[in-house]
Amino acid sequence: MAEPVHASPVHDEHHHDQSFWRKYIFSTDHKVIGVQYSVTGLAFLFFGFVLMMVMRWNLAYPGEPIPFIGSLLGENRAPGGIMLPDFYNELGAMHGTIMVFLGVVPLAVGGFGNFVMPLQLGAPDMAFPRINMISYWCLFLGGVTMFASFFLPNGAAGNGWTSYSPLADIALNGQTAWLIGMIFLITSSLLGAVNFITTAIQLRAPGMTWMRLPFFCWAQIVTAFLLLLAFPPLEAAGVLQLMDRVANTSFFIPEGLVVGGEVLERSGGGSPLLWQHLFWFLAHPEVYVLILPAMGIVAEVIANNSRKPLWGYRSMVYSLIFLGFMSFIVWAHHMFITGMGSVMSTFFQTTTMIISIPSVIILSALFISLWGGSIRYNTPMLFALGFLPMFGIGGLTGLPLGLSAADIPLHDTYYVIGHFHYVVAPGTLFALFAGVYYWFPKVTGRKMNEFLGQLHFWPSLVFMNGVFFPMMIQGLNGVSRRLADGGISYDFAGEVAGLNRMMSVSAWCLALAQIPFIINFFMSIRNGEKAGRNPWNSTTVEWLAPSPAPHGNFDQEIVVTRGPYEYSVPGSDKDYVPQAEPAST
Amino acid sequence: MEIPYTVEAHPETGLNNGKIGIWLFLTSEVMLFGALFATFIMLRIGSDGNWAAMQAEAELNIPLATLNTAVLIASSLTMVMAWASLMRGQLGRFKLFGWLTVGCGGIFLVIKYFEYTAKFEHHHYPESSTFLAIYFAMTGLHALHVIGGMAWNAYFTGPGSKLFHTNRQWLTDRVEHSGLFWHFVDLVWIFLFPVFYLL
Repeated sequence: MAEPVHASPVHDEHHHDQSFWRKYIFSTDHKVIGVQYSVTGLAFLFFGFVLMMVMRWNLAYPGEPIPFIGSLLGENRAPGGIMLPDFYNELGAMHGTIMVFLGVVPLAVGGFGNFVMPLQLGAPDMAFPRINMISYWCLFLGGVTMFASFFLPNGAAGNGWTSYSPLADIALNGQTAWLIGMIFLITSSLLGAVNFITTAIQLRAPGMTWMRLPFFCWAQIVTAFLLLLAFPPLEAAGVLQLMDRVANTSFFIPEGLVVGGEVLERSGGGSPLLWQHLFWFLAHPEVYVLILPAMGIVAEVIANNSRKPLWGYRSMVYSLIFLGFMSFIVWAHHMFITGMGSVMSTFFQTTTMIISIPSVIILSALFISLWGGSIRYNTPMLFALGFLPMFGIGGLTGLPLGLSAADIPLHDTYYVIGHFHYVVAPGTLFALFAGVYYWFPKVTGRKMNEFLGQLHFWPSLVFMNGVFFPMMIQGLNGVSRRLADGGISYDFAGEVAGLNRMMSVSAWCLALAQIPFIINFFMSIRNGEKAGRNPWNSTTVEWLAPSPAPHGNFDQEIVVTRGPYEYSVPGSDKDYVPQAEPAST
Repeated sequence: MEIPYTVEAHPETGLNNGKIGIWLFLTSEVMLFGALFATFIMLRIGSDGNWAAMQAEAELNIPLATLNTAVLIASSLTMVMAWASLMRGQLGRFKLFGWLTVGCGGIFLVIKYFEYTAKFEHHHYPESSTFLAIYFAMTGLHALHVIGGMAWNAYFTGPGSKLFHTNRQWLTDRVEHSGLFWHFVDLVWIFLFPVFYLL
């Protein structure tokens, strides 16, 4: 039976008189804020990608002038169009920072979490709508600070996205701006996390018990806990590094540090390792902040498009919670070669091996969910299916890095870069694209174009692997990360240095492969095929709301009567039973 | 549009949204100060036994800090009295105890100001030693929290108290939540005082 298609007028008698500013800019509606987050996130993803494409020129053709934009960069960045190593460092540090904190997190958590989670819970809005708005504008200020730091006299931060001390303490460049920007971003995440958890605890529709919650909501809840508990230590570390930079303290500066041939005039007594501990205490859970919402999206899309319940929903949820808990006690596996001692290394490699188990359970459950399904190969499903093996490669290549002995030769090589980019780029980003295609009809009332979607997916899949797989090969040959010339000045890179050109060309082609997406995105807002409330014949509650949903979300009372993935129920007259359908029908 | 459970308690959790929100916020605050206490421990362990010397050189004023501890504990008491007055529907007593709480916060900051300026007069700056660095970082961040708590309480005692006439329960809840934050700020000081002055 087809779902009746409603004309879905945006109609709410209480909010006719809202001004443009209150409605679209300083809105407290979770859906508008979700769209603000998503658009900001997508814009910063694109910007971060541009930074990387410029870097890849110097890696492929070191010492040659950058075509087209080289002359625009200025004499202090690229004299004669040839990139200075300092500028390369700036681009690298800001690429990482922007992609993680301003690209993926705003899109995956701020965007999808804000837009989808209250709808899936059957809630009218977030628990604290005004805090939600403040949270977005903190992110915006953080983004502006980061972006503006490129125009500082000494350029943006260039100390890696990890900002290791003591380098970041004494660097001349925009590290101070980076820290101030980070404090905005952290505040944004903290406010968001409080809001998400409270909403999930308090505002679930009647009948929406914890074990009827869609997997996506579980992913957002665990993510919110990670943000809530892991970000404050980085905030503390950021404040201390800021003091090191502006008040000449020595939190992270050891005694007798020699800079430029002279002993630094500081009291000393600090510990560079302390920064690494505080940083990775955030940054490891942050990895799960990047991947868990992606898993949530993929789970939704796979259940919907395989027309089957998720296999092992409960074990997936328990794995998720265990994963969240464990992610707080694995951080020092990033620090095996710092000499922190073999006892510490043994502890952290053990916890790291343990944390791989729940990840494997979730991935396996998603694979098994496909078994025997009548799969629809639409664009969201293609991206979700692409996620599975790509995240698999990313996850499995992480295991050698989690063992302290194997990590020693691999640490800080391109192998590490390849590993985490497989997790985040063809992993998380593919899941995010799946989410954009999947929930676009709910946001705009129109579907995205299927042909352009396929044209986006297939080249992206090929070129993603073209960029990241050679990194593994280079890394196994010992090529270090953060070399402005791609390692060409080192002998060991000899055989594998040529791969840099292949990776760079793949990266530029990957950019071309995003053009169909950009066209599709803007074109479908006005001209896409009209979608009713439930274009994918989905079971979860968000599809019961009109598309686009009005302020307050639902025009009917939501009472949840069953689990989230009642697809292909034997004896039912259609192949899906919505969560809020009365039990008698 | 009304958000459910802003004032009334959720039938299952028995709590309203604000109560859950403030406790979640406080857990993140625990992590923030927890990281700073961890920093304190790392710096102290890594000081090769110089810690006591750095602490002695800093000449922290124990009597003043003891006085400050008493002031903050007193403010916790007035905070509870303010909330209890609201529970009984006594707006006048609520305002009295509310302003007393804000006033205690002010006294704390004035004393802290004299402590800081005395340090600066003796050329004890954050850059002088790691002990002074972490002292200024932690007490400074705590002082910012005191200012935040004062602003919060001053708002509800002053302009925000108009809510008393329209939605008394909501005002009582909000004062309870700001009180939870205020007690947390006190509690942080209860840890800071022995750690920096006495140990």
